[in-house]
Amino acid sequence: MKSVHHGFHWTAAKDRLIAVLLLLVALLTVVFLMLILGFLITRSFPALKEVGLWEFLAGSRWMPSSRTPGYGASRMIYGSFMVAAGALALPVPWGLAIAIYISELAPKPVREVLKPALETLAIFPSVVLGFVGLVLLAPWIARVFDLAHGLTALTGVIMLSIMALPTIVSIAEDAIGSVPQEYREASYALGANKMETILQVVIPAARSGITASIMLGFGRAIGETMTLLMVAGNALSLPVTRVWGVPIPDFLRSVRTLTATIAIEGLDVPWGSLHYHALFVIGTILFTFTFVINLLTDWVLHRWRVED
Amino acid sequence: MKKQTKQQVFLLGVTFAAFFSIAVLFFALYFVARDGLGVISWEFISAMPRQRMTAGGIWPAVAGTVYVSALTMGFAVPLAVFTAIYLNEYASKGWVVRMIRLAIRNLAGVPSIVYGLFGLGLFVSTLRLGHSLLAAALTLAVMALPLIVSASEEALKSIPDSFREGSFALGATRWQTVRYQVLPLAIPGMITGSVLALARIAGETAPIILTGAAYFYPLIPQSVSEQFMALPYHLYILATQHEQVQLVRPLAYGTALVLLMLVLSMSLGAILVRSHVRRKRDW
Repeated sequence: MKSVHHGFHWTAAKDRLIAVLLLLVALLTVVFLMLILGFLITRSFPALKEVGLWEFLAGSRWMPSSRTPGYGASRMIYGSFMVAAGALALPVPWGLAIAIYISELAPKPVREVLKPALETLAIFPSVVLGFVGLVLLAPWIARVFDLAHGLTALTGVIMLSIMALPTIVSIAEDAIGSVPQEYREASYALGANKMETILQVVIPAARSGITASIMLGFGRAIGETMTLLMVAGNALSLPVTRVWGVPIPDFLRSVRTLTATIAIEGLDVPWGSLHYHALFVIGTILFTFTFVINLLTDWVLHRWRVED
Repeated sequence: MKKQTKQQVFLLGVTFAAFFSIAVLFFALYFVARDGLGVISWEFISAMPRQRMTAGGIWPAVAGTVYVSALTMGFAVPLAVFTAIYLNEYASKGWVVRMIRLAIRNLAGVPSIVYGLFGLGLFVSTLRLGHSLLAAALTLAVMALPLIVSASEEALKSIPDSFREGSFALGATRWQTVRYQVLPLAIPGMITGSVLALARIAGETAPIILTGAAYFYPLIPQSVSEQFMALPYHLYILATQHEQVQLVRPLAYGTALVLLMLVLSMSLGAILVRSHVRRKRDW
């Protein structure tokens, strides 16, 4: 009896040990996130001490290798937001329409082609999309708008739209698909037709998920590097035009984003120089934006779900 | 407009939007294939680049991409699978699990170029790995982690609880249940999820620019501490950085097509296997 008893304990102990080991592995994800955050902050610190955070956020002169260097990143911040916001204009209605079609209208075989097709679009390497934008879209943009070259914010926006689309569709479709069937039946019972049911019952019921999909699409667009690096021109000027004296974003000008700046300058920068640390400040700014967007998305999903 | 007509227009518009997205996908594919197919030959894939990359092939870039992707998966898959097992099979609700999930969601949202910066700071400079295959693979592995964790969790979630309960009822411990009942059934799903993540990682450029991909390094890496060429970065160079951009345009098309075929064949394979497995499943 004793040996059986002993064996039993041994299995239980082994099981507990495995549970602890698995927990430790899972905690590595937290460690990695902390490491990323820690590295960004500690590597930023020398530049922040020397230049000051305000200069980074508000200054408009970015000339790290000049004899009198400037570290103002405001134009890049503006560029990132302008392009990412512009890249929502098309994919939000488009993606929403696709999500509606997939979850409300599509026959099963069509759905089974559409969903993998969108998954494939999501997996398209950004550098290939950048290449397509460079050789196909940019010359076309130059011709249509009569510009010297087609490397503009608009070119970037169009290519980004294609990249943001799958993100928006997949999350919006989840949200629409999880609206209970009874909602639709109740709506039909009240005499509403399919369109009215979709627009006035299903979409409002899925609003938290749809909002989340838009926010994540925006986050994706803010963080995109290669496509913009290749098609947006990367000029450091402020792409603004005045209409009746009011400054508005000019999408037909070249634009430089935060991500492109790191990619362009990160390769040659001497380790430990002020410029090197300044790039980590740019990285920290980017990380902060995406982190806040993620937290807000969580909050939106959680808050509205509880309400329902 | 009559209510009926309005609805017709709406439904038509929505349908059109959906099919238009497929059209965009095929147009991009067609466009790259049209000008790329003529360039691709066995020589193009298997030869070294020559004459300052204006002639010859892309073999080192193909090999580099295969090496760095394989190494990345070697690091990321075990960690991700164990994390998914913990989250789905062991964890009970509480702040630890909430924190892990929050970390995973945020890792998934970190911009790829920030991963590059992180890799540069941690692996390349602090750990003194230099610009190398190893540094790039470790960077990509951290990036792949959230993708594979969620795919693996999905696979575990699809196993009904009755399988676990049956195992517990026979006196099996939790680990025995996971090891002999749950995992064998979840493995196909985990593999397809990992291959999809691999397809995405193989096409990444931004993280490897800062951590190990070389502008020109016409050698097959013999150790993980060497630099390497990679297809995505090679395409970027041929498309925008080369001194004779117009002259190497055909090579750029060829490189783009090889990269696309590599990535799409992996994802298509995974998608097909997944739907086959789903159809065959009788629970």
